[in-house]
Amino acid sequence: MVATVEIRGLAKRFGDHPALHPFDATIEAGRLTGLVGPDGAGKTTLLRILAALMAPSEGSVRVLGHDVAREAVGIHAEVGYMPQRFGLYEDLSVMENLRLYSHLRGLRGKDLEATFERLLSFTRLGPFTERLAGRLSGGMKQKLGLACALMAHPKLLLLDEPSVGVDPVSRQELWRMVEELTDDGMAVVWSTAYLDEAERCDTVILLNEGRIEHDGPPEALTRRLAGRSFRLVRPDDDRRTLLAKALDLDGVRDGVIQGHGIRLVLAENEPRAAVDELARGAGAAVEAVPPRFEDAFIDCLGGGPGGRSAIAERMDPVEPDALNGDVAVEARQLTKRFGQFIAAERVDFEVRRGEVFGLLGPNGAGKSTTFKMLCGLLEPTSGEARVVSLDLRRAPSAAKRQLGYMAQKFSLYGLLSVRQNLEFYSGVYGLTGGRRRRRIEEMIETFGLERYLGESPETLPLGYKQRLALACALMHRPPVLFLDEPTSGVDPITRREFWSHINGLVRKGVTVLVTTHFMEEAEYCDRVALMNRARVIALDSPDALKARAATAERPDPTMEETFIALIEAGERRAEADPAGRAA
Amino acid sequence: MKLRRLLALVRKESLQIVRDPSSILIAFVLPTILLFLFAYAVSLDVQDVRLGVVLENDGAAARELAAEFAATRYFDVLPVRDRREVEGLVVAQKLRAVVVIPQDFDRRLAAGSRPAVQVLTDGSQPNTASFIAGYAEGVVATWFESRKRERAAIGPTATGPTVALQPRFWFNPEVESRRFLVPGSIAIVMTTIGTLLTALVMAREWERGTMEALFSTPSSILEILLGKLLPYFGLGMLATLGCGLLAVTVFDVPLRGSWGALLALSAAFLVPALGQGLLISALARNQFIAAQVAVFSGFLPAFLLSGFLFEIESMPPLIRALTYLIPARYFVTGLQTVFAAGDVWAQLGPNMLAMLAVGAGFFAITARKTRKSLDR
Repeated sequence: MVATVEIRGLAKRFGDHPALHPFDATIEAGRLTGLVGPDGAGKTTLLRILAALMAPSEGSVRVLGHDVAREAVGIHAEVGYMPQRFGLYEDLSVMENLRLYSHLRGLRGKDLEATFERLLSFTRLGPFTERLAGRLSGGMKQKLGLACALMAHPKLLLLDEPSVGVDPVSRQELWRMVEELTDDGMAVVWSTAYLDEAERCDTVILLNEGRIEHDGPPEALTRRLAGRSFRLVRPDDDRRTLLAKALDLDGVRDGVIQGHGIRLVLAENEPRAAVDELARGAGAAVEAVPPRFEDAFIDCLGGGPGGRSAIAERMDPVEPDALNGDVAVEARQLTKRFGQFIAAERVDFEVRRGEVFGLLGPNGAGKSTTFKMLCGLLEPTSGEARVVSLDLRRAPSAAKRQLGYMAQKFSLYGLLSVRQNLEFYSGVYGLTGGRRRRRIEEMIETFGLERYLGESPETLPLGYKQRLALACALMHRPPVLFLDEPTSGVDPITRREFWSHINGLVRKGVTVLVTTHFMEEAEYCDRVALMNRARVIALDSPDALKARAATAERPDPTMEETFIALIEAGERRAEADPAGRAA
Repeated sequence: MKLRRLLALVRKESLQIVRDPSSILIAFVLPTILLFLFAYAVSLDVQDVRLGVVLENDGAAARELAAEFAATRYFDVLPVRDRREVEGLVVAQKLRAVVVIPQDFDRRLAAGSRPAVQVLTDGSQPNTASFIAGYAEGVVATWFESRKRERAAIGPTATGPTVALQPRFWFNPEVESRRFLVPGSIAIVMTTIGTLLTALVMAREWERGTMEALFSTPSSILEILLGKLLPYFGLGMLATLGCGLLAVTVFDVPLRGSWGALLALSAAFLVPALGQGLLISALARNQFIAAQVAVFSGFLPAFLLSGFLFEIESMPPLIRALTYLIPARYFVTGLQTVFAAGDVWAQLGPNMLAMLAVGAGFFAITARKTRKSLDR
């Protein structure tokens, strides 16, 4: 069988910066190839080269027999490409978008009609043809983008992060559609930063910092870790303390919190005796579990970071009475409307002191809006938000002094140096004189920022950028910490380091509110509010949520499966009782 | 190039123009506001300037001269006896200027010498000040001349002037600045549509990732660029028609030339304007930067260096040389010709050719800079 794509010694540089290091690979027809790796790994660059939108700096790439550098015309005719954010014209309707791409692809007459009919039924967009693309939900935009890319009857379909900003139910549907396409013999390349999606692909190209870490079926990678993954369930100790202890053991390669226990990966050829001993000490049971793709990825990269957090060790424990009671943050029927659009609807919960509370949901579900109302950045249309019993409307500055906020994308000033950023934020939080100087020095020391002090945060490695952002938010020692998508676009190693800081802070009594669209990060939370389409659809501990979604066939669902099951259950209820929503 | 693909792109762009309130705003609302501003608010004409006339002398001749000032439509005269009465008013900007007819006016006149008349102007508005100074001197000089003539006619040795000066202004007999500001502002409007709007919508395609999607289809770069240009060319021509109609009907600016010539001129100007917009967006794939560059390289030169507000002849040589690169310069000249003089092809032709030449330059650079590739 001739490969759909043949890559020989491909390398790509932007100026001096290498985006892809030289590698060989092939992509076969009739298969779903996952292009997996954290942001900045080179996934989009590789896809653009395959779509003949960029030329290789070195080596050759043949797509369907055409050379990407010299025969772009042939590739543009035969390859379907869906860029990030789907490449749709938002001020054109669904039909107008389809018609544009069909004309650009030269479809006409009967062929055109048949293609429209097939794509509309395939994507189930039939009822929405007159709607403007900008008014579609993330999931429907994705389907429309897919339909536009399929207009070419392509032999190769390239999808750049199709699952970003899409709710889990729509994502599920996308998998179904792509599986149908590969069954018909199409080669599909699906790029993703979600490592758990890799397991669903026939074969995976794993990229990290422009290098290929693995090329082959995902099982081939995970198989290497057989017998090295364990779960410690129902410990007597606090699971965060237990995890920190476990990560300090030499034989432990990686560890994360999972439900009421922790999950560990041992280094190669390491006996499990150390784990057994740890479990005995903590009164936990040890279960061997099958390895996951993420375990293998972390192993490839040389293991996760240790469990200690210098910042947390420095931090004084939060005084219990600093909070005036047991509730740190309260949302009471919070609603936010932007014109006709409801961004958050009657969101209601309370966060107890020392708790890690997660707001989970796809992009656009209302997480950030809720968050901004809770820390006083956005005024609610109705409802009430309180931090440490202080009403954000009546005592906004007193309430804000009690919280640290780390915004999406870190919100650091690129034109200020690292030191100036620290100085700026310490000033903003009202620190002065010697106390201010001491805090800044302390942050520099604990986060290891000395060598970067004069540089712009933009040139910092991602992990350091994140440390700096956290340092800025913690400058005034807030008892409550708000983290808005702190780990989006961050590789799994940096993500683990981040969570070890958070775990450390929580052990000191800090209350943490976090939003994330990484479903598996829910595991780090004590309780999770699942948000979908502006509403909280479920609120409980991760294990309890999973238990609700468990079925006979699927006794131990993943967080994502749980989310889908809960959304579907909610929709069934709404159908059974249409008045229920209004009541 | 396939016509079908081009038509699909043109259709898409036109739909976007119609649906995007900001393009309607830039193409129709903004021009209308601009035209109204230039027709009514901005005026380089001086009329009814508040002028104080200090009559320190009470003679008949002095009063005659004062009456002369009151008689013109340019001045609104406040007569006083003492200069101290008006000084405060000048400081308070209630008066723009003061004319002092001194005590010895009659005496000197009788002695046969020419008496001095003092003109004090408020220099904080230099244009008005120099106009008033010039005009006031003119009033005084004319008065002397006519007086001399009258005396001579009465006197025994009367020779009298046989030639009387009758000034007449060509092309703009009323000397109304509106008559050249309104046509000139069409150039500003067209720069806005051609350069600013085009640069913005191209940059928007880059920002939203739709350019990437277009590039991955079989459509060629020429089709993609033409698909952008044609609708904005049409929009520009529509805007010219609209501005022209407004000028003629609402602002009473006569169009001496033909509509055909006006449209041909606009079409020629749109070539460099669109070319510049495309070039900007090829270099800056970001709406914010594109807007900045378009304003600085298109809009401001069209305002300052086109001869629209400031005469090119009075610029320093280096700047004057620079204006030859500004397409709006040729357009403004052409517009003023078509409106004020008529279809003077000897004048319009070279201007149109110059615009096309600058446009060709822009397109040549754009063609070199634009490939169907995301590599920069």
